[in-house]
Amino acid sequence: MKLTLKIWRQPSQNVKGKFETYSLDNVSEHMSFLEMLDVLNEKLSFEQKVPIAFEHDCREGICGTCSLVINGQPHGPLQGTTTCQLHMRNFKDGETIVIEPYRASAFPLLKDLSVDRGALDRIIQAGGFISVSTGQAQDANAIPIEKDVASHAFDAATCIGCGACVAACPNSSAMLFTSAKVAHLALLPQGKVEAQKRVLNMVRQMDLENFGNCSNITACEAECPKGISVSNIALMNREFLSASFSSNDAN
Amino acid sequence: MDNLNLNGNVPSGDLADKWTKYRSTLPLVAPNNKLKIEIIVVGTGLAGASAAATLGELGYLVKCYTFHDSPRRAHSIAAQGGINAAKNYRNDGDSVFRLFYDTIKGGDYRSREANVYRLAEVSTSIIDQAVAQGVPFAREYGGLLDNRSFGGVQVSRTFYARGQTGQQLLLGAYQSLSRQIALGNVKMFTRHEMIELVLKDGKARGIIARNLLNGELEKHGAHAVVLATGGYGNVFYLSTNAMNCNVTSAMRAVAKGAFMANPCFTQIHPTCIPQMGEYQSKLTLMSESLRNDGRVWVPAKREDAKAIRDGVKTALDIPEADRDYFLERRYPAFGNLVPRDVASRAAKGVCDEGHGIVPTGLGVYLDFSAAIERYGKSKANILGLSNTSNAKVIELGEKVIEEKYGNLFEMYEKISGENPYKFPMKIYPAVHYTMGGLWVDYNLMTNVPGLFSIGESNFSDHGANRLGASALMQGLADGYFVLPYTIGTFLSEDISTPKLDTNAPEFTVAADLAKQRIDKLFAIKGKQSAESFHRRLGKIIWEYCGMSRTAEGLISARQQVRALRDEFYADLYLPGVANDLNPELEKALRVSDFIDLGEIMVVDALDRNESCGGHFREEFQTPDGEALRRDDEFAYVSAWEFKGADQDPVLHKEMLHFDNVELKTRSYK
Repeated sequence: MKLTLKIWRQPSQNVKGKFETYSLDNVSEHMSFLEMLDVLNEKLSFEQKVPIAFEHDCREGICGTCSLVINGQPHGPLQGTTTCQLHMRNFKDGETIVIEPYRASAFPLLKDLSVDRGALDRIIQAGGFISVSTGQAQDANAIPIEKDVASHAFDAATCIGCGACVAACPNSSAMLFTSAKVAHLALLPQGKVEAQKRVLNMVRQMDLENFGNCSNITACEAECPKGISVSNIALMNREFLSASFSSNDAN
Repeated sequence: MDNLNLNGNVPSGDLADKWTKYRSTLPLVAPNNKLKIEIIVVGTGLAGASAAATLGELGYLVKCYTFHDSPRRAHSIAAQGGINAAKNYRNDGDSVFRLFYDTIKGGDYRSREANVYRLAEVSTSIIDQAVAQGVPFAREYGGLLDNRSFGGVQVSRTFYARGQTGQQLLLGAYQSLSRQIALGNVKMFTRHEMIELVLKDGKARGIIARNLLNGELEKHGAHAVVLATGGYGNVFYLSTNAMNCNVTSAMRAVAKGAFMANPCFTQIHPTCIPQMGEYQSKLTLMSESLRNDGRVWVPAKREDAKAIRDGVKTALDIPEADRDYFLERRYPAFGNLVPRDVASRAAKGVCDEGHGIVPTGLGVYLDFSAAIERYGKSKANILGLSNTSNAKVIELGEKVIEEKYGNLFEMYEKISGENPYKFPMKIYPAVHYTMGGLWVDYNLMTNVPGLFSIGESNFSDHGANRLGASALMQGLADGYFVLPYTIGTFLSEDISTPKLDTNAPEFTVAADLAKQRIDKLFAIKGKQSAESFHRRLGKIIWEYCGMSRTAEGLISARQQVRALRDEFYADLYLPGVANDLNPELEKALRVSDFIDLGEIMVVDALDRNESCGGHFREEFQTPDGEALRRDDEFAYVSAWEFKGADQDPVLHKEMLHFDNVELKTRSYK
């Protein structure tokens, strides 16, 4: 395959960025998208040019490090797939591919295609946990949990924290990310105890980080590589409302 | 070579009581003193995150470092299959002793009895802790936890969370860590990579961390340093490790005197997706749990294998009678569930004989059609469809398989472009885990006082071969339930040591050393990328220090690694500058450490004149091709002291004593 790549280059946050055009020959359809970028970087290195900075790690779709907006879509054209699992067989010979970083004010740009997603960590730090210290646990089978409930919680817990939901949303909202953690923990008996405090604190942090609001566009679910459902947002809204009325210990 | 006897500091007493007794008599650090003691934890995988969180809960001042953008990214997250625990919820005869025994035997009697027993003992608490954190383990309809079986054992003791057990356990630890960060007990440094260890008066007292965003070399001090930095599988270049997994922090410690133990014990996982091309950057694992239901085979006739390789035939064209289910044939008692090393070598054997089924010749089938049919029939029975069509049975069976392994099948299809419900999976062994690592005593402290090593980065619990679902167990055992106690033995002597002054000369010298290393790499101004050197190193190690090894090959490999090192320092091209986000510089620093480790690995493999676990020396095999262990001479841990790249490393031995198990030839027949 022969490809034309239009890639966003920006040395740092304070320097203006622009698209650069590269052409790449001999791309195998069995390559992953990131391996294609590896080949381009190796080529740039040989030409003594600065390679393109992009983030990646596990390359098996689970760590959530890789990102990229490919032809306008976070993680590219294939549904339920991270960029690292996307293979070149999904593109056509001669195609022009546009590659950009995630764009959201809560995700400051670092370099080229890398952005800072630390805001998502801070939302978890605000309350995305169960307050149990090591050694305090009772026997694992002491509380039976209905299989369907556990399975529902699991579906929410499969979020990989990649931020594609934010990148997909015209409002740059992090509602899908936040609600997935709220739902995972609120559905389980172990997490119910501090559910009210949790949802209030996490939503407050989400707002502090400058994420936008949800206006039910649901692009987040469409682009989520793990298929996290927007029904989690509905669950979070319910949790938030009831907590707002009844709780007085938010902080 | 030297033969100093290393002491593992194992407490005396009966095996079963050792840990409880020891734990009750360990020196403690009082709560008011904990508030004055700083601990550095490097790494945020299962071991690092669980240790940092637990130490924070205890009241220590913890500083935690990761090169990732977030502590949730560590490669523990990719573990698929499960975590072992001696809960005996199945009532199938499991016990702490049996888990201990299976692990010692699975490790081919090259691990320390007391450590392994302790691991088995605390395994049950891990499951309790994880459930309390909200880890959504698989459950049965009664609401209680489900288990599955795994290779190398005959009980069902593996707890699992679909095919994402590592992810869920890591998120549990990450959330606990996040809670401690919010409380201010842990200070988190993301995008910081440790590139030097700082010693003061012979004790580990800090690190030099490179801020990956701006290249600044920062000095961080603490009363003790804990390395939880994972394994060195990426020395092979192609492995199932994440792209950024590296051995740098361990090798920086080795450069400061810490011993590297059993580096030649590396695990080759039998079920990975075979390599497709030269550009390939990594290999992907297919969970061992698939061997519960998948049958491994190759065409019995070489001409059939060739026809498949040439694309003339497919697996479906090979009649049942012409298929060689070689694991079931050779190992009737364990069949497809033999331990990883045994399964990997068998696959290599049939491929070497010309039965491989992918174009490179290096691949075998993992076939689910029998399981699909079996589950389909059973489901049809439950639904009362006794006379249903074959197609319906297959449809029902595929649904059961999807429920059990859906995400794995999906992942396979994405990577290979083939539907594994219709065509058998193609698999081949790949490097997956490293049993070797920093030498530690019973307290998980290295031979450098104040320097601890936990999880995959140490050598301690898996001997020469790790059993499936034991890595998660060990990482969390070390982090939650062992290190937080044993670190007190060192720190209790240190309560009057004031906060470390990072302006002390030791810190300045270490930072200068790090700067010199970086400057040296930039000054080479050669022509070849760090990546290309890494790929070549990987090929040497895979060829000569992979699934089977010979003295002749290892001697040649050592020369090749040395030549590669010379070439690296003569012809490396490094783009960009030091004081910027520069992934190429990160890579070059890591590759330089991989080269040094590669040489020690080869030296270790050459020293060990026996075959055991993942280490198979062709000279030492039984007449029917099984590993020949030599307990009289090699029942020891080899701990290597690094003397510089141009010198021979010095061997120290820790003799292994087995008072509670009888050393037997491992047989899965």
